[in-house]
Amino acid sequence: MVDRVPILRIGDALLVSIQLDLQDQIAVQLQEDLAQKIVDTGARGVVIDISALEIVDSFIGRMLSSIAGIAKILDAETVVVGMRPAVAITLVELGLYLNDVRTVLTVERAFAVIAERSEGAALLSKLDDQGHDEVGPDDVST
Amino acid sequence: MTDATIDVEASERLEIKADADVVKVRQATRNLATKAALSLVEQTKVVTAASELARNTLVHGGGGTARIDLVRSNQRGGVRATFTDHGPGIPDVNLALTEGYTTGTGLGLGLSGSRRLVDEFDLRTEVGGGTEVTILKWGR
Repeated sequence: MVDRVPILRIGDALLVSIQLDLQDQIAVQLQEDLAQKIVDTGARGVVIDISALEIVDSFIGRMLSSIAGIAKILDAETVVVGMRPAVAITLVELGLYLNDVRTVLTVERAFAVIAERSEGAALLSKLDDQGHDEVGPDDVST
Repeated sequence: MTDATIDVEASERLEIKADADVVKVRQATRNLATKAALSLVEQTKVVTAASELARNTLVHGGGGTARIDLVRSNQRGGVRATFTDHGPGIPDVNLALTEGYTTGTGLGLGLSGSRRLVDEFDLRTEVGGGTEVTILKWGR
């Protein structure tokens, strides 16, 4: 039996807080679990808290990138939170820039990013429902 | 790295046979790096390099051993880690050390990246005979 990283649902988002020194196999399992959970819940965002991680090596870095990639295809945005300064310095020196991963410093900001995205999506579907004529002309017609 | 002026104050030897052993190598390296009074950034760099090399030993070398030493030279503390496997060896070392070169499973940052993270890096390999990589990181 492999340990699993728990995935919590909070509103439109999934929250993963990595609290253990991550083994490669557990990281791969997390990727699969998250993909399934995004589809099951229709989550719009994934927040990954790595503040407890003392290191991020190329394997874990690649895992973060691929989770972000998978989530994007499944219509969810991934935000990585709480990277330690020493980890950031080491990652860049290692040559891993995580360009495709959105990072923020606090969980609050992560949820704000995802809320913005959800509100944007909600607004769009509202526009669709109402039909373009009934919405303020300045907002839509051009 | 056989410099005679380097004293070994403590040593830990670990088998690398599974994922969990890579984590143990990280913990042992962190432990000795703390004792060597490396700064937090230096600790993080050497632990990350050790993690990359331990994974290489497991994935490419088919398993092996790690020896981690707390070393001292002229009052300066440091951590030295040696990874040994009896796997297939590396046919083209220069190619293997090229950033971005990969045999297909990773990002190709393991060897080139870990070399950048440490002060000394030594690689000995023989096709069919295995690979030994030694890294050393000094405190400031």
